[in-house]
Amino acid sequence: MNAPFKALAKLRPSRREMIVVSAAAAGGALLVGCSPADILSIGADNKHFGPFGPFLRIDADGTVTVVSKHIEFGQGSHASLAAMVAEELDADWDKLKVAQAGANAKVYANLDQGAQGTGGSSAIHNSWDQLRKVGAATRAMFVTAAADRWKVHANEISVANGVVAHPSGQSATFADLVANAAKVKPPGSPKLKDPKAYTLIGTNRVRRKDSLAKATGTARFTQDVHLPNMLTAMVAHSPRFGGKVKSFDADAAKKIPGVVDVFKIPSGVAVTAQNTFAARQGRDALKVEWDDDKAETRGSDAILAAYHDLASGKTAATDKLKWQPFDSHGVGVAPGAGKVVEVAYDFPFLAHAPMEPMNCVAEIGGGKNKLTSGSQIPTLDQLNTGMIVGALPGSVEIETLFAGGSFGRRANFQSDYAAECVHIAKHVGGGRPVKLVWTREDDMTGGYYRPMVHHAVRVTLGADGYPAHWRHRIVSQSVMKGSPMPSKGVDESAVEGVSGSPYLKATPVVDAQAILPDSPIPVLWWRSVGATHTAFVMEHTIDQLARAAGKDPIDYRRALYTKAGADRHLVALSLALEKAGLNPAPGYTRGVAAHESFGSVVVQIAEVKLDGGVPKVGRVVTAIDCGTAISPDQVAAQMEGGTCFGLSAALFGQITLKDGVVDQKNFDAYRVLRMNEAPHVETYIVPSGAHPSGVGEPGTPVIAPAVANAILAITGKPTTSLPFVKA
Amino acid sequence: MAATLDINGKPVTVQAAPETPLLWVLRDELGLTGTKYGCGIAQCGACTVHANGTAIRSCQAPIGSLAGVKITTIEGLEGRHPVQAAWVKLDVPQCGYCQSGQIMSATALLAKTPKPSDGDIDAAMSGNICRCGAYQRIRAAIKDAAGVVAA
Repeated sequence: MNAPFKALAKLRPSRREMIVVSAAAAGGALLVGCSPADILSIGADNKHFGPFGPFLRIDADGTVTVVSKHIEFGQGSHASLAAMVAEELDADWDKLKVAQAGANAKVYANLDQGAQGTGGSSAIHNSWDQLRKVGAATRAMFVTAAADRWKVHANEISVANGVVAHPSGQSATFADLVANAAKVKPPGSPKLKDPKAYTLIGTNRVRRKDSLAKATGTARFTQDVHLPNMLTAMVAHSPRFGGKVKSFDADAAKKIPGVVDVFKIPSGVAVTAQNTFAARQGRDALKVEWDDDKAETRGSDAILAAYHDLASGKTAATDKLKWQPFDSHGVGVAPGAGKVVEVAYDFPFLAHAPMEPMNCVAEIGGGKNKLTSGSQIPTLDQLNTGMIVGALPGSVEIETLFAGGSFGRRANFQSDYAAECVHIAKHVGGGRPVKLVWTREDDMTGGYYRPMVHHAVRVTLGADGYPAHWRHRIVSQSVMKGSPMPSKGVDESAVEGVSGSPYLKATPVVDAQAILPDSPIPVLWWRSVGATHTAFVMEHTIDQLARAAGKDPIDYRRALYTKAGADRHLVALSLALEKAGLNPAPGYTRGVAAHESFGSVVVQIAEVKLDGGVPKVGRVVTAIDCGTAISPDQVAAQMEGGTCFGLSAALFGQITLKDGVVDQKNFDAYRVLRMNEAPHVETYIVPSGAHPSGVGEPGTPVIAPAVANAILAITGKPTTSLPFVKA
Repeated sequence: MAATLDINGKPVTVQAAPETPLLWVLRDELGLTGTKYGCGIAQCGACTVHANGTAIRSCQAPIGSLAGVKITTIEGLEGRHPVQAAWVKLDVPQCGYCQSGQIMSATALLAKTPKPSDGDIDAAMSGNICRCGAYQRIRAAIKDAAGVVAA
């Protein structure tokens, strides 16, 4: 499912990038037969990680610190990663600490993706075996050390809460034993616990480790970095995507007290200053003339109209812009004479708008190439930095801090804002720290949006009322285009969720195609990626099909899941229905939706009422099958937050453009969900011992169709475009 | 230009023009980085501090307007406020970037309305955006700190 991030596994630096890497490595032959992680970690300071390896430190005083290769930007994976180690190590959870790893593509690669990065809801999934083994191996080292000291058999020794004990009454803390344990050779294949013996995993003892820091304002974000002699930079960007600087007048900007310098960089005109306010004033005082020759000058209405023309066939495909089939079967068989349901949907561009606008600190020159940043894919940030400064990617040091949200924004192939900061710091030189600060306006108008998408669906029902023939057309920009690993076939991130749908599996004839026109507007994955629109299309269409067939939408789903062998959907649906109980709150109507993404199945039952035509969402009953739930409380937190994120976009979210210029510049125009609009989400986890799957994203895409289905039940009218509330 | 401010119970002299927003003085001049920049136009609440006990958006408060006003930031709560304890108890934060502002709005609410209703919470907290969507736990934590039974 998490196609785009999985594609990172195929990451190969492009030819141009390879030339840079090879030249810097002074001998391309070196690279033959190397894995991408090998290539990308050349130049890394493969420092000694200590006796317990790169993921675990145990100090002389017994303090246990788990090192997270994944960034923490809200999703809670720091706690769950640490719990995997703590469970097998039998460490004292309450005293255990979490530290953030540096950048090292080889040691800290995401095992699902090959490069170091956090995305595709894979942090827990890819670390499950790796980190439990770290804990188990280290536990064995302590047990061996104790057995040697007490002259007893290792299998008589127990460990609990960081205390090693023998039935004879002898006991020792990790602090007592760590010096000896460090000398024990770690077992190659340590024995993992039977899940029945877990005392931590799956319990509500697995709590966040960062709540206190975040409740006291002491958690450190990139925005908070202050280094000696640091400059703060802002950049004037083209108001149109693809625009270039023609000329600029810096006279007024340079007169602002505190402004240090003004210069051109590839992405615009940079202002460096002594502090943020001066940088802002200086940037605002700049006069820049832009060259829009290669810029996008269309409005979003015109782009959408072009999408409609492609879908309808009014605009023909070309050799360069082709319709690409996916998931199709039985094509050529006539649709039959059954009832036809035809529906089309439009989805707008969406900004991620995390609370911390994009920013980065870079120190370049004087023997230093360092970024301090909320780096979501450090390997890409290393690669892009290395290319700009002419250094080996692995030699670029990255200190990853907490990030104030990302929702996909911080992970892009160009490392856009980080690269911008590196260009500025390179110009400044000497290793002098530069903090690039984007204002909210920079962030919101800066692109990398969830693509605008159009779906056209025509379903012919069979005599039994179930889909007999499903024709599906998708028009969207491709997120993967221009990446170092472009898709060979259709960009799966544009179709996932239609692709793989149990409803299509249960349909005898499927003719599904996508066409992916280009634009200078940069687009990107946005929390739950393709599912942000495909879940809506499939789930809202199913309710319309059930109505056309005169069947109950839940029965209709069950029949199709049964036909498709979608057992996990059936179980999650039953759990949600059982927990929801018979009736909605007075005045509310229920809508149901289900979707599988990132390996997890989520079913939601949303209770909705219309208040002056505006949907108000009350109770939302959520059932999730995410395999083994390491922290049930954090799974619930992700369902609560993911639901709000999805509902925010469904109710209000849209980025529009006029003549190529983005209309929404801040939260006054880009409305987002607030406290008084937030639903109450109840989360129920399907009991499972399976390998854990994602929770960061799967909670996002289900709420919009659930609400649309409730509105359909109230008004009889389908929703054919989002957001529900037009500005 | 020097200005004297009353920050967290202490007089502080800073070199900044009177039109400089309090937010940037706190963050860049005084190193009080718990107060966050989120939008700069008083739409998101990440920069919320107290001015004589009332929640204000520091991004829209020029320091020239703050002579004699008692400013309290998240650092001024010293980690001892019951609201902060409730935030930790219920694991409210996700990314955490908005939480200083949320807590400053919540503490100002409870100072004036010790037993807030859901409507009181909506009214006091709807100026604070949380993109992670931790609203449900924020509401629960405010009630927990207030000793109000959650609905």
